[in-house]
Amino acid sequence: MTTAAQLPEEVLALSARYSYIEMNARTRAGQLLDPGTFCELLGPFDRIESPWLPMQDIVPQSDDGCIVAKGTIDGKPAVAIALEGKFQGGSIGEVSGMKMATALALARQGCERGIPTRAVLSLESGGVRLQEANIGELVIAEICAELIALRQHVPVVVVVAGMTGCFGGMSLAAGLASYVVMTRQARLSMNGPEVIEQEAGIEELDARDRPLIWSICGGAQRHATGIADVLVEDDAAEIAQAVRALFKRGEPTHLRSAAHELYIERLAQLDPVQPWSAEQIREMWKDQTP
Amino acid sequence: MERLSFDYPASGEKPKRAHVGVVGSGDLEILLEPSADERTHVAIQTSVTGFADTWKAVLDRFFEGYEEAANFDIRDCGATPGTVMMRLQQAIEVSRS
Repeated sequence: MTTAAQLPEEVLALSARYSYIEMNARTRAGQLLDPGTFCELLGPFDRIESPWLPMQDIVPQSDDGCIVAKGTIDGKPAVAIALEGKFQGGSIGEVSGMKMATALALARQGCERGIPTRAVLSLESGGVRLQEANIGELVIAEICAELIALRQHVPVVVVVAGMTGCFGGMSLAAGLASYVVMTRQARLSMNGPEVIEQEAGIEELDARDRPLIWSICGGAQRHATGIADVLVEDDAAEIAQAVRALFKRGEPTHLRSAAHELYIERLAQLDPVQPWSAEQIREMWKDQTP
Repeated sequence: MERLSFDYPASGEKPKRAHVGVVGSGDLEILLEPSADERTHVAIQTSVTGFADTWKAVLDRFFEGYEEAANFDIRDCGATPGTVMMRLQQAIEVSRS
């Protein structure tokens, strides 16, 4: 039998790593908070779940796929919110979205009462839940409003780790965050590749072309073009460390959402008839810090 | 979606509550809590209809070896009998840990 001590160093380095991607949302939320401080709000046994899914013959989950936990980060009061990508694609329904919006509102109220409360969001989501579309869109608007209100008090950090990715309404939430942390495996985009293929045809975008998809909205490309602030390995400790470092850094020097003119200008420069490679985009946008 | 329920005699001991799994493709979520009476109650919501006999066979086998008076709230998303068995086992391990 091979013992751990006999394994080559590079293998040991791999085995010493705990994959964040493979963790479920609850474990992820615990990972982002200081050890032993995880305290879940509206947990599975409270059974605050979607009333709409069973009406449409879909099995609901006891936490509606959104985990909210209070705790501390580096000893400071914090809330960790994590979406479960495996349940209905991490989609935002009335309950899951309201849990997130209310948690952010409580954090803001804490800040207003003189208890700065940090917020970290682990987003795995295809966006709004189509079965609860109108309520879902409304609650996403509330989430966005609360993010804007909260980030005036404390930094809000979004982690996109994969493998579901972060699309639709939750990509807006990521765009409003003070900081975005991504892995190479993660994707961040308004429209998901499957949706683009479905709506515009396979000649527009082949959603199965993984190298192409990741070259457009993958973590490495998003980091290289300034959409994500930190690129991390799929390692739970490294991700938690990156989140802590960003809270230590404090308010960002610029907010991406305040730089809309730059992004409109960027879009105007692109001729959609002529396809652009990931490298060309990196080259064009590398010096344009918002 | 189909709702099923099953009932088993229990020895009267009450388990601690436990939560395992996810309502994701090929998987299931289980909430285990002490029951109010001296029996074990299993409530199932499953995305796959027409497998009541298979559920009964899996649960009959499982509850031959489980005596505690519990409520099992199961939300299934097309898990195989093997996965169901492992999740049930995991729920009990978490409950006893």
